[in-house]
Amino acid sequence: MNFDLVMPELFQLLVVVALFVQSVVRGRDDTGPRWLPVVAIIGVVVAASKLGAQGVLFEDVYRVDALSQFFKVAISLGFCVTVINAQNQPTLETQKRTDYFMMLSLSAWGLMLLASAAELITLYLALELSSYSLYALIPLRGNDRRASEAAIKYILFGAVVTAVALYGLSYIMASQHTTYIQGLMEKTWSMAENPMAVVGLTLFLGGFFYKLALFPFHFWCPDVYEGTSNETAAYVATVPKLGAVVVLVRLSSVLSPGMEVTNILAILAALSMTIGNLTALVQKDVKRLLGYSSVSHAGYVMLGLVSGTAAGLSAATFYALVYLLMNLTCFYVISRIAVNGENVTLNGLNGLYRKSPGLALVLAVSAFALVGLPPTAGFAGKLFLLASAWDHGYNWLVIVAVLNTAIAIYYYLNLVRHAYTEESDAAAPATSISSGQVAMGGILAACVLLLGVLPAPIYDLALTAGKALLP
Amino acid sequence: MTDAGYPVISSLIFLPLAASVALFFIRQDGFVRGFTLVVGILECLLALPLFGYVPNGGYQFEETVAWIPAWDITYHLAVDGLSLFMVMLTAVLLPLCVLCSWTYIGKRIKEFHFCLLLMTAACVGVFTALDFVLFYVFWEAMLVPMYLLIAVWGGPERKYASIKFFLYTLAGSTLLLAAIVAFRTVGGTFDITVLTSKTFSFEFQFWTFLAMALAFAVKVPMFPLHTWLPAAHVQAPSAGSVILAAVLLKMGTYGFLRLCLPLAPAASVYFAPMMIAVSIASILYGGLIALGQKDIKKLVAYSSVAHMGFVTLGIFVLTQRGVEGAILQMLNHGITTGALFMLIGLIYERSHSREIVDNQGLGKFMPAFMFFWGLFSLSSLAFPGTNSFVGEVLVLAGTFEVNNWAGFLAIPGAMLAAAYMLRLMQKVAWGDPSSYKKKWGDLNGREWIYLMPMAFLVFYIGFAPGPALRMISPSITTVLTTVEQKNQTLGFHKDMPLAECMQLEPTARVADGAASPVSLPGKERL
Repeated sequence: MNFDLVMPELFQLLVVVALFVQSVVRGRDDTGPRWLPVVAIIGVVVAASKLGAQGVLFEDVYRVDALSQFFKVAISLGFCVTVINAQNQPTLETQKRTDYFMMLSLSAWGLMLLASAAELITLYLALELSSYSLYALIPLRGNDRRASEAAIKYILFGAVVTAVALYGLSYIMASQHTTYIQGLMEKTWSMAENPMAVVGLTLFLGGFFYKLALFPFHFWCPDVYEGTSNETAAYVATVPKLGAVVVLVRLSSVLSPGMEVTNILAILAALSMTIGNLTALVQKDVKRLLGYSSVSHAGYVMLGLVSGTAAGLSAATFYALVYLLMNLTCFYVISRIAVNGENVTLNGLNGLYRKSPGLALVLAVSAFALVGLPPTAGFAGKLFLLASAWDHGYNWLVIVAVLNTAIAIYYYLNLVRHAYTEESDAAAPATSISSGQVAMGGILAACVLLLGVLPAPIYDLALTAGKALLP
Repeated sequence: MTDAGYPVISSLIFLPLAASVALFFIRQDGFVRGFTLVVGILECLLALPLFGYVPNGGYQFEETVAWIPAWDITYHLAVDGLSLFMVMLTAVLLPLCVLCSWTYIGKRIKEFHFCLLLMTAACVGVFTALDFVLFYVFWEAMLVPMYLLIAVWGGPERKYASIKFFLYTLAGSTLLLAAIVAFRTVGGTFDITVLTSKTFSFEFQFWTFLAMALAFAVKVPMFPLHTWLPAAHVQAPSAGSVILAAVLLKMGTYGFLRLCLPLAPAASVYFAPMMIAVSIASILYGGLIALGQKDIKKLVAYSSVAHMGFVTLGIFVLTQRGVEGAILQMLNHGITTGALFMLIGLIYERSHSREIVDNQGLGKFMPAFMFFWGLFSLSSLAFPGTNSFVGEVLVLAGTFEVNNWAGFLAIPGAMLAAAYMLRLMQKVAWGDPSSYKKKWGDLNGREWIYLMPMAFLVFYIGFAPGPALRMISPSITTVLTTVEQKNQTLGFHKDMPLAECMQLEPTARVADGAASPVSLPGKERL
């Protein structure tokens, strides 16, 4: 076996094993894996160094290609930021730290495997691997009762959707007689000729829509974000979504424009954008707000998938990375503001400008990026998505998307408005944010801006991935 | 690269951008102000080569760099007669705005100047971008600093005003984004110059015109989409109001000229009567509402609605004179109303009130102030010898060439302007003064410095509009000829019924390479 091909996964596995060993042999004074941020940064470098790797492994069920390598870099980047963000998680007991990060690494490892899975059962196993560790992480929030509620919701919804996906998988296997994506691409996917396959694919996609929080699979999302700790929410809201997108991008190569499943996806995208945005308008809790906003972003990603072209798939791939960055930036600020790990409300952002001008600026950059305002990465990502969808005749969907942007402005602007123009309650405790923490936020915000001003190099990587997928 | 030996336009964009980053490293407030002032003066100096523009109707000082090659998006900038003076005005306003905010802005000084610099960069970008995506990037990028200018340094109702401003303008321009994407799919590129050379079907023009016009009409603002303007103007700090009036509003009318007319010429002609009607409604409505105002700033804000109505009227009569008047009026309104807002700012610093009743009878105590107030008021009401007179006369002449009724309906607007401005001047100069005004000082040196250039421009354009008109005329001829030729190619005539228009497809489309299917990265299934 060529170990060189799977270097990022091996490195991540090594991290999991190291954390496991530390959690087993630790003494009483174990304060958690302080070495992890450095190792996570090395992980990003390792993943980036293997960007050009190509090949197939394990009877062709595992495909290392431009798409998988792009996502592995993104996943390791997301993992790295999450680890740095969660270093001093206030609601996590010290003795649980090592286990916490082990679960987190395991989930990231599962997502890396997901990125390369080229066969439905492998996909399914990788998905479960990445999900199970999250089931354990979500209730870890001190004595907050909402955490248990969030965990139960996540597990129950997850279990049901998994069952549905498995059911869909059986339909696909029964009707198409193969589980290899490459093989499935050569089959017919018309409702008239093979209704069982179309129904099966729709159900199977449901499993990934759940991860992506696309309407109507989104009900868990705001509750889980609200219930779980800020740092865990930052991870759940971003990195697993990459896993969902990579699978959807891979499966989209099966779909051809204009077929029934594509139209269903387009309608779901429109509903997801609209319902997500309208519900976000009335939220007071910032994490719930971001939860509903992620429902709308799931709709945006679908714009690229429904177009069914290389440009569309690469637009979705690029947007997944952009979404990861801008959402992590936003969550990073929230995690820093909530000194005791409590949930941050819109009013809690009041006077952030005074408390920490740096963090206020970082929050503004991420909020405007989430709106899709130039010159942030959010705009570049959205532009590629809209252009690819319009190119392929989904004009109505583009109109829905831009109108939704207009709706979204209000609640994202609210974040900035509270941070900059409202004065904080004088009695509120002063937050102590170190300059190092602000600098980390600054780096994230700079990445969001840089990817907006100069998206070409990264987009070209995504385009290579998209082109490699479609024959 | 240009004759100047350096990329003039890029330097006008990147100097303020670089300066805005440099501001982060400056601690003392006084130094922040001084530094921004120096940057402003440098910006004016860097703009000097623009005077070398040769009036030939084409683009000059062009710069093209590939930006996002996968989607054929380029960093493409240039100026022509339509944008030349707006770029110059933007550059000139930067140091003047720093000066007029010198004592006005007392908090978060660094951030204020940061916003001012970003605004300048974005505004120059909008007026020079020749790539649709680049245009949109600059168009939206200036929203954030403007929002902050109003929301942080504005009056008591600043939160309401800033959100209204942001929501209106961004909601308006989201459809512009859809139009941009549509143009790329059908036209095969984001490059405005290439798109201008193509002819699109009437139906396509119809919808894209509506999408673009909505964005531009909000920005102008045209009645009834103007309601954000008085709130924003009244609440914004002086420098914010100046930039808003002088530059931001012009982006809307510039958009009509740069994008609507050449890209959707048939739809522009088709919708021209409607646009003329809305322009006249704006003129009359703005004038009438201004007449009833008690707040000086609100009065000038509503007068802007009326003045911008003249600009859109001039554009949509689609005659050489009308459009010449419109462009000149864009510049004039920038100078005159900008200066009026500066004056309102300096009087507010003394009285802490914008109510007419609190600022009456200044003629006796502040003669220098009254000189400038009188001058800019006369310019605002288009008094002969001032800059606005030339513009307004050209617009009206252009309107009468096309339709006498439209001309007659617009004339009362000019009279209303005289009524509200003279009423205001009468009260400010000769109303009953209250005793404490004796303590107010007349203009100080700094105030003289920033008012003098504006006064000079009022007289210069008023007495010698020739040089400016010579610069802008050829570009207007180019635009109007393009409109006419494309409509002929399409077989469009303004008296055709809509159903018939919708059938119009360009016959020459195959020849000019815009035939469908277009070879795009998005089209191929690789």
